[in-house]
Amino acid sequence: MKIKEKTRLLDGAAIDRALGRIAHEIMEKLKSVEDIAIVGIKNRGAYLAERLAKKIGAISGKSVPVGALDITLYRDDLTEASDQPVVHATEIDFDIGDKKVILVDDVLYTGRTIRCALDALIDFGRPGMIQLAVLIDRGHRELPIRADYVGKNVPTSTKEVVEVRLAESDGKDEVVLCEKE
Amino acid sequence: MDKKTAWTKKDLLGLEYLSREEIELILYTAASFKEVTTRQIKKVPTLRGKTVVNLFYEPSTRTRTSFELAAKRLSADVINIEIETSSVKKGETLIDTGRNIEALKIDIIVVRHNCSGAPNILSRAVKARVINAGDGWHEHPTQALLDMFTLKSKLGRIEGLNVSIIGDIAHSRVARSNIWGLTKLGAKVTVCAPPVLIPVGIENMGVRVTSDIDEALGDADAINVLRMQFERDGLTAFPSKLEYFKQYGITNDRLKKCKKDIVVMHPGPINRGIEMSSEVADGKNSVILEQVTNGIAVRMAALYLVAYAKEAAK
Repeated sequence: MKIKEKTRLLDGAAIDRALGRIAHEIMEKLKSVEDIAIVGIKNRGAYLAERLAKKIGAISGKSVPVGALDITLYRDDLTEASDQPVVHATEIDFDIGDKKVILVDDVLYTGRTIRCALDALIDFGRPGMIQLAVLIDRGHRELPIRADYVGKNVPTSTKEVVEVRLAESDGKDEVVLCEKE
Repeated sequence: MDKKTAWTKKDLLGLEYLSREEIELILYTAASFKEVTTRQIKKVPTLRGKTVVNLFYEPSTRTRTSFELAAKRLSADVINIEIETSSVKKGETLIDTGRNIEALKIDIIVVRHNCSGAPNILSRAVKARVINAGDGWHEHPTQALLDMFTLKSKLGRIEGLNVSIIGDIAHSRVARSNIWGLTKLGAKVTVCAPPVLIPVGIENMGVRVTSDIDEALGDADAINVLRMQFERDGLTAFPSKLEYFKQYGITNDRLKKCKKDIVVMHPGPINRGIEMSSEVADGKNSVILEQVTNGIAVRMAALYLVAYAKEAAK
């Protein structure tokens, strides 16, 4: 399957601004940062979680615990997936019990990944609250899930692919709308 | 981990049949599962709806328990079939037993058999995935994998390590699987045993062979001390247990002459005072109990990989 790039939705500066705005929104909504924890979904959600935690830390002057969640073991499509997914380690080295957990991912699409992440997260304890932050919401939900914080809403067709590229994994920051040919 | 690495084998029959990349994928996956075993809730839903049979033609407590626990932590259903209670005594063949098990809609068969090659025969007869839990003197892949996993987590690498396997090499599937795995991952392997317990041609597997314990210990980063299997024919092969201990037993005196951080492994069950002294088994270099803990993570990885192997799905 070939993929053709159509438009650039966000550049590096726009990604940074979006994350900054989300950081402010989180602090406004939750009032105190004392019991906040940020957990990103691997791989790119985890990088975004690190960045978001840094921003909240810089604004509030307090350090916020960050974790990374691998959801492979909770996927509902292991039998159907065309390639067997590699299981990566989950890194949550703090107690999430009673924490206000901000779950972070790059793109919100069908909602199935978030469903897996919620199941995975709850196996670590009983958070006081879980909220969802995503860089891009592209619609087409297959489950009753919505994000609490969104960097950018992008109407898409199912033929399109939203590619989030981050310096940590791809060498540069950008979000590109592509189309399958 | 390289994204191109994918597990495409229906079965895990032995390390002889695996590439370096496949072995590394198992070890990488096991590291992820290790984290699961440290959680408060040590269970993930990955194999929900799948059924695993432990088909054991030989007595085993630790391997069977480890596989059972691994399968349960992946949410699979587990059935144990042991020879004492099965119809094998009534004359049923291995292939018939396998097909009958499969007719019960079982997904994975974990098999231990006293005949070398039995899992290979079974894997050809059934569509269910087959994992070798030890066959005769042939292979015991998950034991070698957990040994390598423990080694890697202790010393950070396998490549370039000097690993000595000491004890009854002739009757040991653990030795054979370790030799395959370690040499594929670039370790330098020495096998050490009394001459009667060294099988003919073992040097063709790319190992240094010696009957001198000091030579085996001298440059070793790690040793894997095997169980003397006196319940097989060990006693006829070697004059006495005490004599074996004197000549080959690992003691603190012998360890003092070794590298300071030498890793001491043993697949269990230990014969204290025969292949090693109690002070070594319980000493600071021993990782014997870590091996047991790591065994669960390694077997979870093996179950996950064969359960969802893609090539074999058709």
